Amino acid sequence: MTSLQIIFLATAAATLISSLMVVTARNLVHAALWLIVSLFTVAVLFVLLEAGFLAAVQVVLYIGAIAILIIFAIMLTRRVMQDTGPQTNRQWWLSALIAAALLAALIFTLSQVQYPLSTAGVPDDSLRTLGRALVDPNQYMLPFEVASVLLLVALIGSIVVAGDRK
Amino acid sequence: MDFSQLLSDPIGFIAGLLTGLLTGIGIPEPAARVVLMVIGVIVVASFCLVFPLFLIWFERRIVARMQDRMGPNRVGPQGLLQTIADALKLLTKEDITPIGADKIAYNIAPVLAVVAVISIWAVIPFAHNIVGTDVNVGALYIVSVGSLGTLAIMLGGWASNNKYALLGAFRTVAQLVSYEVPMILSLLVPVILARSMGMNDIVRAQEVWFLVSAPIAALIFFASSVAEVGRTPFDLLEAESEIVAGFHIEYSGMKFAMFFVAEFMHAFTVGALTAILFLGGWRGPFAEQYPILGVIYFMLKAFAGYFFVILLRATLPRIRIDHMLDLNWKFLTPVSLGAVVFTIVADKLIPLGAAPWFRAGVLFLANLLLGWITFWLLSGSARRMRQAEEGGEAGHGEEHGGQAEEHAPAHAPAH
Repeated sequence: MTSLQIIFLATAAATLISSLMVVTARNLVHAALWLIVSLFTVAVLFVLLEAGFLAAVQVVLYIGAIAILIIFAIMLTRRVMQDTGPQTNRQWWLSALIAAALLAALIFTLSQVQYPLSTAGVPDDSLRTLGRALVDPNQYMLPFEVASVLLLVALIGSIVVAGDRK
Repeated sequence: MDFSQLLSDPIGFIAGLLTGLLTGIGIPEPAARVVLMVIGVIVVASFCLVFPLFLIWFERRIVARMQDRMGPNRVGPQGLLQTIADALKLLTKEDITPIGADKIAYNIAPVLAVVAVISIWAVIPFAHNIVGTDVNVGALYIVSVGSLGTLAIMLGGWASNNKYALLGAFRTVAQLVSYEVPMILSLLVPVILARSMGMNDIVRAQEVWFLVSAPIAALIFFASSVAEVGRTPFDLLEAESEIVAGFHIEYSGMKFAMFFVAEFMHAFTVGALTAILFLGGWRGPFAEQYPILGVIYFMLKAFAGYFFVILLRATLPRIRIDHMLDLNWKFLTPVSLGAVVFTIVADKLIPLGAAPWFRAGVLFLANLLLGWITFWLLSGSARRMRQAEEGGEAGHGEEHGGQAEEHAPAHAPAH
């Protein structure tokens, strides 16, 4: 086992444990903190795959924006932060069954696939390639522009919703 | 292994020496590399933790000079050891955790604050070959690590179980998250000009300092970075007269000191980042041959930037919270968007093989145009507002006067 594999296994274990803690933690802020840990470990996985750009974006977007928004929302509602009720309802066994079945199906399907392995290394300027691909009409220009317009609509929409009506 | 290598590539020289030492005592090559990396991390991290001892003394002396006082001058030569005495005092203080505080979050927050600042220094190039790690997404990395600092302040404020701390944390979110927008946009300008997000590439691209090609972006970056640190005039998160001390009100001893260290180091980091992005970083005569000269140039420029942060702190009053948000959303953000657009257009118009000075000149003219348009729009809107105010007061009295007040922009502090 190479050192890279050891790091990968440790990171993957941390991701799984923290994801589990997100849904089992009783304190909402603790759940949000575990969410941050799990998002961060995913960023580490990106780094291990030599996708530094994706790792940085992962941290900026998910930790810098989304997680902080979640924590902020929780902080504003401090009184209901502590969940005192039961964490499961009567149908927990059903959802557990479905989740287990889904996991089994996924594992089965993924184990059937033969992944073609490329022997080529990671290109030096993968960032440049990604940037070119995003504005290339033959590649991802249309999805990129559609996503931009969608974000712009959301931006204007939030201003309209928040603005005072005259 | 000759002596001239020590001058031209000190890190490589020391690394080679240590690798030879480690493999000599029977440690395999890959393990030796890991050991070297760990040593590198420890060196950078210790630098960030020890350097504030000097920064705090420096800042106290400078601020004292500006306010016609003496400042600390008793402990050691020129009071240089004062901070060490203060640090020892903080170490001996009782470590208090308030009742009802969230223990984990309360203890993580100061650590996270320091980690966020230290991590930035991993990508800061001291010289062309003295750099922690030259990642190709350096600028983005700095932004992403900076968001951890916001998280630390929020956690500290929330976990203290204190309403003033919570209020400070709320202000933090309003300020730090909003000022991230113009900061990132103005960060985009040097990235566009250098055609790379790597910090070392940005420095290399500055045959002419980006301060010339992008003065407006430089100003906006500096202003919003100062707001990101939460320093005067943007120190609303710890306004003593309103919310006692803000998010760190309940912290004592070493935990308080860690917030303090993080703040001072972050303030210096603002100077360092401004130096790298706009003042040419380690560039200077003979910096390529003798990296140690590059370190000196870089430090001089970083201290120049830091000096301006101190100057602002010593001279400006605290800005009001609505003015703070107005300044960001109605002035800095639109202008930084304009700066990005103007830079892109001007950069496209210049033919590829143009001389660096010609390129910088054209970009400077584009910035002048943007500045003129901004000024024209601002003065126009100010005149209209004044007229509306006068007309309103003549016609309806208080009602319209109040409304004009509400729409009054807070642009004045930006100039």
